[in-house]
Amino acid sequence: MKVRIHVSLKPGVLDPQGRAVHHALESLGFSGVQDVRIGRLIELDLADGTSDEAIDEMCRKLLANMVIENYRIEKPELAA
Amino acid sequence: MSFRSAVITFPGSNCDRDMAVALEQVSGTAPIRVWHGDADLPDGLDFIALPGGFSYGDYLRSGAMAAKSPIMQSVIAAAGRGVPVLGVCNGFQVLTESGLLPGALMRNAGQTFICRSVALTVENTQSLFTAGYSAGQKISIPVAHHDGNFFADDATLDRLEGEGRVAFRYAEPCNGSLRNIAGILNDAGNVLGMMPHPERAIETAQGGSDGRALFASAIKGLVGA
Repeated sequence: MKVRIHVSLKPGVLDPQGRAVHHALESLGFSGVQDVRIGRLIELDLADGTSDEAIDEMCRKLLANMVIENYRIEKPELAA
Repeated sequence: MSFRSAVITFPGSNCDRDMAVALEQVSGTAPIRVWHGDADLPDGLDFIALPGGFSYGDYLRSGAMAAKSPIMQSVIAAAGRGVPVLGVCNGFQVLTESGLLPGALMRNAGQTFICRSVALTVENTQSLFTAGYSAGQKISIPVAHHDGNFFADDATLDRLEGEGRVAFRYAEPCNGSLRNIAGILNDAGNVLGMMPHPERAIETAQGGSDGRALFASAIKGLVGA
């Protein structure tokens, strides 16, 4: 079972990387970029039946730093 | 009475030798060198130091992997028993990632690695580590980091300030740290994390000796003058 964990900075936490990329996009001539926030995508290949609780615990204990980051768990669509 | 200290080395630590030299020069006794994979600390430690460097290549987040290593579980237990723990630079990052200290250390606001001596203001002179300084004293200590931008929510910052747990502040903005925080203490006062490197400022040949008082006061406080 492939699971994707999207880790992003919490709203209000300054993202210096995102700001630098924002400036770079503007200097390339792209207009209308309102904001840039950079996060991290972690793909886990898990044994079938791994519980949601276990995945959640992985996120809270290691994959995300709950002081500054949020996470979102994306599980595969179940095949019909 | 001899001073029994330990320096923890993680894969990627690179200031562990500097820390060991500083502890030996100031205390007269060489610290025990402990490897990250060891599950247990030596018995009867007076002091534990987590050195600077790039443990585990800063994978995931600076200090995140080291914070979960076997030896850190023993360090957390020792800190809970009141053993003094000093974390410098990457050591500070490990302390926040392990939950021994609040907040987080993010990428410097200016995106650049900062490597120079900076002026610090000593904010707390009541702790074991800072008793050798005077309140408001300006000291010069080198920094060398990419991820030293201290972040915590407002409630946490207010609590740190209100409880006198900001040990050191940058005299001038340095890396984007909120309220210019350079070093903080835990609530019991036995854990100090700081981005600047006091172990790189213990004798004039290093360009300054303002870091020596930190080690001297801790050692004096622990084993007597």
